[in-house]
Amino acid sequence: MTAVEPQATVAIEVDGVAVQARPGEMLIEACERSGTYIPRFCYHSRMSPVGMCRMCLVEVDTGRGFALQPSCMVPVSEGMKVSTESEVTKKAQDGVLEFLLINHPLDCPVCDKGGECPLQDQTMAYGPGETRFVEEKRHFAKPIAISETVYLDRERCILCDRCTRFADEVAGDALIHFMGRGNHTEVNTFPDEPFASYFSGNTVQICPVGALTAAPYRFKARPWDLTETLSTAWVDSVGARVAVQASRNRVLRVLGADADAVNWGWLTDKERFGFEALNSAERLSAPMLRDAAGGGASEWREAGWGEALDRIAGAVGAVPPERVAVLGGARLNNEAQYMWAKLAKGVIGTDNVDAQLGDGLDPAMLLALPRATIDDACRPGGTVVLIGPDPKEELGTLYLRLRHAAINDGVKLVEVTPGATGLSHLAQHSLHPRPGTTAALVNALVAAAAGDGFETGSTGVDRSELEAAAQCLSDADDGVTVVLGRASLAEGAEVVEAAAMELSALPSARFLPALRRGNVIGALQAGLAPELLPGRVGLDGIDGEGPLAGAWPRLPAAAGLDAAGVLRAAARGDIDVLVLVGADPLNDFIDRDLAYRGLRGASLVVAVDLFMNDSSSLAADIVLPAAGPTECDGTFTNLEGRVSPMSRKVTPPGTSRPDWMIAADLAERLEPGSAEGLDSPESIREELARVSEVHASLTEDALNQNPVEGVLLERRGATGEAGGWRRSGRPTMGRSPVGRTEPATGPTGREDPLEEAPEGAFLLVATRTMYDDGTMLRHCESSRNLAPAASARINPADLDATGLNEGAAVRVVSDFGHIEATLAADAGVPAGSLKVHWLAPGAPANPLIAAGTDVTVVKVEAR
Amino acid sequence: MTLSPANEALAAEIISWFPRPRSALIPLLHLAQEQDGYLTDDAMRRVGGLVGATPAEVKGTAGFYEMFRFEPVGTYLVNVCTNISCLLWGGEELLEHACESLEVEVGGTTDDGMFTVEEAECVAACTEAPCLQVNYRYRGRVTPDDFDRLIEDLRAGRTGIAGHGVLARVRQSIPAERLAGVVPPEQAREAPVWLDRNDVEVAS
Repeated sequence: MTAVEPQATVAIEVDGVAVQARPGEMLIEACERSGTYIPRFCYHSRMSPVGMCRMCLVEVDTGRGFALQPSCMVPVSEGMKVSTESEVTKKAQDGVLEFLLINHPLDCPVCDKGGECPLQDQTMAYGPGETRFVEEKRHFAKPIAISETVYLDRERCILCDRCTRFADEVAGDALIHFMGRGNHTEVNTFPDEPFASYFSGNTVQICPVGALTAAPYRFKARPWDLTETLSTAWVDSVGARVAVQASRNRVLRVLGADADAVNWGWLTDKERFGFEALNSAERLSAPMLRDAAGGGASEWREAGWGEALDRIAGAVGAVPPERVAVLGGARLNNEAQYMWAKLAKGVIGTDNVDAQLGDGLDPAMLLALPRATIDDACRPGGTVVLIGPDPKEELGTLYLRLRHAAINDGVKLVEVTPGATGLSHLAQHSLHPRPGTTAALVNALVAAAAGDGFETGSTGVDRSELEAAAQCLSDADDGVTVVLGRASLAEGAEVVEAAAMELSALPSARFLPALRRGNVIGALQAGLAPELLPGRVGLDGIDGEGPLAGAWPRLPAAAGLDAAGVLRAAARGDIDVLVLVGADPLNDFIDRDLAYRGLRGASLVVAVDLFMNDSSSLAADIVLPAAGPTECDGTFTNLEGRVSPMSRKVTPPGTSRPDWMIAADLAERLEPGSAEGLDSPESIREELARVSEVHASLTEDALNQNPVEGVLLERRGATGEAGGWRRSGRPTMGRSPVGRTEPATGPTGREDPLEEAPEGAFLLVATRTMYDDGTMLRHCESSRNLAPAASARINPADLDATGLNEGAAVRVVSDFGHIEATLAADAGVPAGSLKVHWLAPGAPANPLIAAGTDVTVVKVEAR
Repeated sequence: MTLSPANEALAAEIISWFPRPRSALIPLLHLAQEQDGYLTDDAMRRVGGLVGATPAEVKGTAGFYEMFRFEPVGTYLVNVCTNISCLLWGGEELLEHACESLEVEVGGTTDDGMFTVEEAECVAACTEAPCLQVNYRYRGRVTPDDFDRLIEDLRAGRTGIAGHGVLARVRQSIPAERLAGVVPPEQAREAPVWLDRNDVEVAS
């Protein structure tokens, strides 16, 4: 039998007009693309069709005469004729709407959906003016809370199955379901099992009636009072596209925008409701100073911008450049990051700049690795290796894409993580190496995939499991996408970096960085990292000429320090001015003790932030209020290197200023003329595109042409070699990566850390959770209580050995510190490991960890 | 209460009869209802855990079926038909008598937990009107006197009618060669054992 050539298009006729449809496409989609909108309630282009609501009935003729068919369930076929405006179709639409309205309470005047309600709109357009139903409607208790943020009004529900389908199909949290039958059907949760999904807010957005509402927006505004702007979510590095809606200079709602390459219209609740923090009354609104005269710090006092900036400029100007350091900057937009990079490196002349706080990866390596997009990772039939954080906890919208790809597009997933993740049940192979042995395991995996001999050594992974995973990798004929990040902050970055180098030896392996902080890729590409200049150019790759030299007054004379190095130097008294740009080292840096000593050791600490945080309360002398992500224009670079606009929708509180403006003001004070002409995000972007080859394609035209998808920057950097990372051959084990002042032990380090450890000890795994005690979430009303309490999670098999019961109050003790937690049994944690949440309320995990160690050994004690 | 050890073992066997664990959901719910007389929240959670469904999915599925109960009912569930044929032959009076003699409202359960009386729509036994069901076992042409005798017999355990929820079919024993085969359809590479291999070609 000869293979049938797939048809390029299918010719159909819609209301007498010839239309070319895509093969296999549903009729409703084909009609919509050709400009004929068919009304619908249950159909959603990102979910499977179910034909529940019957609103999309149209007359279809496939050769046997016209008959009513639901257009969301009928695939197009050659010669199909469709009538969307016939009398029969109109009567069907009218009848369906009358039927749907039978039990609908028509409480539109008090309903949040009124004015943007598909049921209201379509009743006006297609429905009957009157009802014949005179009987009593169904009654339910008015809104019931089905989760902390989502309310359900069952009277308004038309049972379209969108929310329940989303929960099951898209999010994988089938915690809401149809209950009962016939006239008694309702959407509900199981008793005492709330709809506690990280993605619950999406159901509110896709509800075609006012049945689902979210606490942050309930009764806050009418849709016709809202104005909207397309922007980018800032809470993680996926950069989901959003519509920011505001009324009377206040952001009231954030909705997901459907960017095909990124988030498909979905958001995590953190992205959706995170704006609440920006409206907090505790936002900084004026520069604050305190004088450290006479030993103890004095009270905070408000100051003018002039006084605060003069004082900073005076302090910076009085010391040699290498005694100034800038930490943070991943929160900023690209333009502000470039301005801060220019201020620090080009004007002050210090290279002690790091946007990552010891929780990231070597930027030179990261930028030199061949990059993949989310679409590359989700390509049907592809293979994904996850060496990084649990996407469900840290990069929610990426998790939704990967989940869809694994379920629907046959994408094979190989996990190399320190424990089970939200994707484990979908992974073909889950390998859980013992902390510190990730690189050794990947080494064995790559060797096995190449058919070479291998040793599993002390990784704790079964030989046959590893062989099966390796087989999966060698079967991947069109390349492997590696999702690369820090799965456990207790495992040194060097281990992950070495693992990445091992994997880069695989033919056609490409990498999708899974760093968490908002605009961290943007920060690294703008040069907010030691030894890097804007455009992935290494400090040693510049020769004093070229566009950068022309735009910058000077360049750092010597290579600088990374975050750990800066804090060590500050603790020794070698840093005079420490600037924290949206950074909270006490909570974010991997080593709390070092962060504390560093903050204490610097003679002047300046914080530029939205809120006072633990670090600035402890040590800052000057605090500058910055504008938030909805309060200034700019662009955002997501983990793919995709640049999309972030738009100003409201004015910042008080006298807060955009971060770029603060940097420009300081630059002008330190070196008059250095920020000349840089008086808007556009002008900064223009200079960035001029000085950085990577950003050359970032023009206003390109941004305007791709308002939803954004502009994908050049994937390969100019630095390829500059950072010393070469793709050919195996990396040199134990070499000191760029910017690290005190080389740690080699990647595989100690062969078996537990051999030296005392009886009953565990290897620490510290992972982030979606909700934690971070500064922004603390000020976010709806998610403030969602952070899980501190727990020490061990394998059930290890529980007996501890002699303690589940739920026992314990102290987790390492060589460096201790935290208090509740003991929990967790089958997702391998035997011998102990998992803690990174930033649980009241119990951050970083007291346990010392910077520069690859593995942390802990013990559990009763308290 | 969740599943007893004996029922856990039976549940594991029932799951093994099906290509996918989820297919065993309804039989396992019957098992849980047999154990407790109705579906407790804990039992639904446990059944969901066994077949890989969330509790909401379990309750949603169970709620579609009238015969799954979420509230306790008596050992004997008495459904008296009052639909048209039974109405004409005294079904209303029979229901009234049942409520009076058992001292319950319609839908109520006797204090000793023995009987629940419910009004039923047509149970498809019009030739035997007025009729009723006790735990879904039919009794036809029931007079008030018949009803009193039936209650006496039930109290004395002389009827052979098992308590609410007990279903014989859950306990069927299926020889291994008659099982449908445990390969999910999408992984099937050859015809299932119960099909005549000569007649079927499965694309590889």
